[in-house]
This record gives sequence, C-alpha cells and structure tokens, in this order.
Amino acid sequence: MHRTGELYGQFKTLEQQKDSANLGMWIFLVTEVMFFGGIMLAYAVNRHVYFAAFAMGSNTLSLKLGGTNTIVLLASSFTMAMAVWSAQVGKKQLIPLFLLLTILLGFVFFGIKYVEYAQKFHHHLVPGRSFDIFYCSNNPDKCSDISAEEMEVERDLLNKTRALDPDLNAHAQLYYSAYFGMTGLHALHMIIGAGLLFWLLKNSLTGIYTPQWNTPVDTVGLYWHFVDIVWIYLFPLLYLIDRHK
Amino acid sequence: MSENNGSHHIVSPGIYLTIILTLMALTGLTVAAAFVDLGRFNIVVALVIATTKATLVVLFFMHAKYSPRRTQLVIIAGIFWLAILLFMTMSDYISRIDYRGVRSPLTQVSSRELHQLS
Repeated sequence: MHRTGELYGQFKTLEQQKDSANLGMWIFLVTEVMFFGGIMLAYAVNRHVYFAAFAMGSNTLSLKLGGTNTIVLLASSFTMAMAVWSAQVGKKQLIPLFLLLTILLGFVFFGIKYVEYAQKFHHHLVPGRSFDIFYCSNNPDKCSDISAEEMEVERDLLNKTRALDPDLNAHAQLYYSAYFGMTGLHALHMIIGAGLLFWLLKNSLTGIYTPQWNTPVDTVGLYWHFVDIVWIYLFPLLYLIDRHK
Repeated sequence: MSENNGSHHIVSPGIYLTIILTLMALTGLTVAAAFVDLGRFNIVVALVIATTKATLVVLFFMHAKYSPRRTQLVIIAGIFWLAILLFMTMSDYISRIDYRGVRSPLTQVSSRELHQLS
C-alpha cells in the first residue's frame, strides 16, 4: 500500500490515482446504500401495514434527544469536511484539530444514544419477552422520567391506538425491532468510522497528509458523510411518525 | 466535472458553512412539519426534506458536484437501483387490501366491498 503518494505503475497521473481511490470508495458506499436500502424496505412495508402501532412507537421516542443527535451528527460532518479542506490546502496543524472535533462530536452522539437506549430498557421497550408498550402507563411510578402530563397524553394515545389495532403490543414490538435494528447498525457504522478517525488522527500528527496526497482523509470523509446521510433518513422515519396527534 | 485536468476543485469553508447552516435549518423545518397534520403527505414532506439534505451532503461535503462523470454515474446508478427496490416492492404492498386482518391505512375499500364490485 502506498503511504506517501508515489505514483503506481498502472496510473498515468497522481490525479488519476486519486480519482480511482475515490471511485473505489463510492462503489463501496453504493453497496452500503443497498444494505441499508433493504432494511429501509423492511421498515417501509411494516410501517405501511402496521401504521397505527408504528405511530405509537414513534411517539414514545424522545424528540429532544433524537433532534439533538441529528444536530450533533450534522456538525460532525461539517468538521470532517473541514479536516479534508485543511489537508487540501496544506494547513497541516488544522487537520488533527478538525479530526479531533469530529471524533468528539461522534462520542457526544454515542453518549446521547446510550441515554436513549438505557431509557428504552428501563421502559420495557426492547423487543423480547419483557416487551410491554403499556408498561409505563400501567406502572407510572417506575417511569419517573415521564411527567404526569406526558403520561396522560401517552395513555390517551395508547387507548386510541389499541382501538385501531387490537394486537398493538406485538406490532409496536415490530416498530422497536426496526428502531433498534436501524439505529444499532447505524451506530456500528459510526464505531467503525470513529476507529478510522483515530487512525487518521494518529497519522495526521506526523504531518504525512499534504495537498498532493491526502487520499485517506478524503475517503474516510466520504464514509463519515455517508453515515450522516443514513441518519438524515433515520431521524424523520423513526422519530417523526404522526407527531401531530 | 472535467476529468484529469490536473487540479482538484477545492470547496471553500464559506460554502461548507452555508451548507451546514442550511442542513440545520432543514432539520428544524422537518420537525415543525411533523407537527402539522398533512394526512398521508406528512411522510412525503419528511422524505422530500431528507432527500434535499442528503443531496446537499453528497454534492458539497462529498464533492460529488466536482467529481469525474464516471464517479457521478456510479452514484446515480446506486440511487436508481435503490429506487427500483423501493418503488417496485412498495407499489405491490400499497395496492393490496388487508394483511392478517389489519386494514391497510391507504385503502378505503374492504375486500368484501371489492368482491361485490366485481
């Protein structure tokens, strides 16, 4: 593997060599589009069939936490783009700074995600034997993080939804399977991305990324932005179903 | 868009800043739109906003606007294939009537009514 950007025999110019690396990353990302696409399709079919239960499930998510995470992840894409820019214009001391900011924002995302997941475990909203969409409305004392007012809204919505879908608990579980499956795979991609960012950070401190050769920064950047795009879709699909009720 | 001309286009921080602010504003807009009852168009609005955001990320953050045409073709081919997957399958599911006793929300006719029609 070339590390310093010398020209390989099969390429005419460094430009062509860089475009080839870039194209390779894009082809990988297209396979990722199909990977997440299949999951989105499974989500779409189930949402279509069990819409009432999906709307109920969505309304139990925290819009505050999800919205904050969206802003955090978008900001991390900006700092990543700035890291690539720093490499392109040869501002070597700025590259590690922007990479570090990107990593930090990634970890803020993980932190918020951890709080959300913990809350769902606490509320018996994790698919499995103990899944119970009515848990908090039946045991309000055990869900002290939900205010009395919010609980009233939730109870009202649960009753209305149960009237539409008698098998609400099973179908809400499908929603939560989609939620954990999609956000879990997204988080896994972010963990891989964070690993790559640490690797870039370590290398960038030695000053090897220059305007002539910064392919790793550029391609990891593409990957990070792709993970951001997945979240751009996950946020409205999971958090914003039927919020107007 | 020209290939191998020896100079890669560098997007300025000013453009990145404009894009990120637009993305944040669109996030606010999609949340606001979710609280308005648009019936079946809520999801359409949400997806249009999400796709606008994704397009901005692809074109500017991922430099697709300045990539060689061959790279742009790969991106478009990927999106096209995804569209086949989603549109073909969903047009099948949406045009069906009911599943395991649960009425499809988009269908206003029950299977019995449809039977009487035919």
